Amino acid sequence: MTEPFDELIEISSQIDAAVLFDGTGKVIASTLPDDRAARLASSARALFEEAGRVGEGDPTQLEAATAAGSLFVVSDGVNLIAASTSPEPTAGLVFYDLKSTLRSAAKPKPEPKVKPAAKGKPKPKRAPAKKNAKP
Amino acid sequence: MRSRRVLALGLAVGSLLGIGLYARRGKAQERIDLYFADGSLTSLHGDSPQAAVLLAHAREALRAAGA
Repeated sequence: MTEPFDELIEISSQIDAAVLFDGTGKVIASTLPDDRAARLASSARALFEEAGRVGEGDPTQLEAATAAGSLFVVSDGVNLIAASTSPEPTAGLVFYDLKSTLRSAAKPKPEPKVKPAAKGKPKPKRAPAKKNAKP
Repeated sequence: MRSRRVLALGLAVGSLLGIGLYARRGKAQERIDLYFADGSLTSLHGDSPQAAVLLAHAREALRAAGA
């Protein structure tokens, strides 16, 4: 599950840290150590839930801009991804990268191709028995 | 002697003004942008009461992220 995150950090120069988690706040993947990832997921989930009470309907994504940096949260309806950036990032690019990562993470992994069992060496055919050439 | 005092007082007042303006600028940057499924956007200014609760969660999350 870390492949989409490796790509995300590699592609997006603006994202400092990111965590993918489910609706219950359980961390699925993260660029942070476990304890910090859990704290980030918990706060981001609380933020997203609180944001749902502000407008009509549930938000699909949000940006919280503070003097210390920005926090982005994107949901696909099942999982959520939260990412932190430095102040004044290019929001459109960050949202695009986060949505791409969510999509990649949601894709089922292709099953590894199973090689057909190697056949054993064919048994050498037994040469037909020579007829006894005795007169 | 008097001019020195005036200069010191001027510097002190200027510093306080600068700090105040910088703090205001920082506060003005704070906002929450909410994007909804129908394409609508709600932007909450940092000093609105609704944003205050959301920003508290955001700051906590940013602290966890090490920002």
